[in-house]
Amino acid sequence: MQIPTELLAKVDEAISHYPVSLRSASLPLLHLFQEHFGYISEESILWIAEKLELQPIHVLELVTFYPMFRRKPAGKHHIRVCRTLSCAMAGSFELKEKFCKEAKIACHGEDHDHGDPVSVGENGEYSIEFVECIASCGSAPVCMINDDFYEGVTQEEVAELLAKYR
Amino acid sequence: MPAPQRRSPHPRERRMIFANIDREGYTPDIDCYTRHGGYEVLRKAVTMDKDAIVNEVKASGLRGRGGAGFPCGVKWGFIRRGGPKPTYLICNADESEPGTFKDRYIMHQDPHQLIEGMVISCFALDVHLAYIYIRGEFPLAAKILEQAIAEAREKGFLGKNILGTGFDLDLYVHRGAGAYICGEETGLIESLEGKRAYPRIKPPYFPAVLGLYQCPTIVNNVETLCHVRHIVDMGGAEYAKIGRPNNTGTRILCVSGDVQKPGYFEVEVGSLTMGEVINDLCGGLKPGRTLKAVIPGGSSAKVLRADEKYKIKEKGPEGEMVDKEIGIMDIRMDFDSLAAVGSMAGSGGVIVMDDTRDMVWVLNNLNAFYAHESCGQCTPCREGSLWMRKITDRILAGGGVERDPDVLKSVADNIAGKTICAFGEACSWPTQSFVIKFREEFAAKAKKPLPPPTPPEFVPETLIGRQQTPQLTTGD
Repeated sequence: MQIPTELLAKVDEAISHYPVSLRSASLPLLHLFQEHFGYISEESILWIAEKLELQPIHVLELVTFYPMFRRKPAGKHHIRVCRTLSCAMAGSFELKEKFCKEAKIACHGEDHDHGDPVSVGENGEYSIEFVECIASCGSAPVCMINDDFYEGVTQEEVAELLAKYR
Repeated sequence: MPAPQRRSPHPRERRMIFANIDREGYTPDIDCYTRHGGYEVLRKAVTMDKDAIVNEVKASGLRGRGGAGFPCGVKWGFIRRGGPKPTYLICNADESEPGTFKDRYIMHQDPHQLIEGMVISCFALDVHLAYIYIRGEFPLAAKILEQAIAEAREKGFLGKNILGTGFDLDLYVHRGAGAYICGEETGLIESLEGKRAYPRIKPPYFPAVLGLYQCPTIVNNVETLCHVRHIVDMGGAEYAKIGRPNNTGTRILCVSGDVQKPGYFEVEVGSLTMGEVINDLCGGLKPGRTLKAVIPGGSSAKVLRADEKYKIKEKGPEGEMVDKEIGIMDIRMDFDSLAAVGSMAGSGGVIVMDDTRDMVWVLNNLNAFYAHESCGQCTPCREGSLWMRKITDRILAGGGVERDPDVLKSVADNIAGKTICAFGEACSWPTQSFVIKFREEFAAKAKKPLPPPTPPEFVPETLIGRQQTPQLTTGD
């Protein structure tokens, strides 16, 4: 697998944060790979395992355990809408539907599909995921687009918000 | 998009940790922090005896702000300095209890306060390697903290020979990846070791004895570590005067749900009642609505019903304990009072629900959360949380049978106390309390008669080939 030097530098920097145990660097490395490649591929798992002197299963079991890691690409822009109580009371289910409609994503239904929670829209522009509490219940409903965080999002703002990510 | 909410403090607040939050012109960089007296307490702390700092924290009566409310000084007291193994400190910034949103603002707007609190704590406990475990959904906060750490290192507040004292400390940010269970301290430690976040069993794995890399480890919440800075600043005895006995200091209440002005409020612990929080701080309920229920300390806390009477014991005029009956609005918002009415202060997340809310729907939302977040290590929790979710789902979809409320409760009763970590309690308390307190709502929705135990074609007689099966009529 070809790893760009820039990513390699980040990998080495991350590993240096864990002087006691190489294995501790597995989550940071998975984050770096997902940021760079958009998802965690089989080759990535093998590469990380070799780098950290682990069995590949020790990396794979993290990918299947932690909800943020995905094994298939998401859209170019990934939307996360909060599903939990305070946001749900403030209309996050309707908000998610609106996002799906505006971004032309066929939703998996109103609920989590535990096997594959990410729905990708036509031509891979946007993808959406219902996530659990993202800790801003006072300004519900909230969502994230890529790494950006938006609070108190109304239905009317959805189109304008999506337009910022083209 | 409304700009991130910036609000001046309410007159009934006492801001210590949040003193600089939403302050006009306050920026998260180190220059702004030092202009406002930043790292002065650290300068004072490094001249103090290490035991003296631990004793100040003990004297302050500070209780952990993450959820369990365990006395911080006692936790620190488990650490013996100078043992054969190194000691580690981890800041638990995996803020993910539904209803809680306080640490986010500290990390976004005042990251150096947390770092100063951590350096002081590490100095007192002789820690040379510390981590901030931040949840994966806070990418911006992680960047801000990394930037702040780099600044602090450059100015000599971190790294080798801090402030010329010969004390070394390395501090790193570690990002989680979306698992609620990482907020449980032993699960967090496993995750930091690069494994699945399966909580460890206690005993023997008390973090203070066998924590990170099997070494003594202290895990404290973001807010708790910030309090340490203020305790060292003002002295433990002085700090203990804030709040109420055994419930000292200030704490940040996060109010969400059906109130006019939801938000975060830093108040002296126990200085306000539930009624004052809802009506004064949050401007009351929306017009024409009445209060139905409150979850007082994060989604795991047992729900309080608005029209219920609570029996508490209170100190009378001569110091004797008198029985008293109070309504929900008179409950004091502190650790002991909320425990006395059968719930908990937890993480400080208050979720208010008015009369428009369907309690079955609310419980189903929470059950879906717990079913998703159970780590799957212990059978009662892994299976039970899913069963509870399926049952409330079925009731909502109109398929609830008469027996469902009892089944729900019995499933919950068989999780609590039978698991490795407190997630078992956390996922069963909502179900137990909602079903007991709002039984009539569950009963009204779950009305169908029980279907026959098995479809006729599967009764044992058929399976073994005899033709004596009585014809059963199925439910619907």
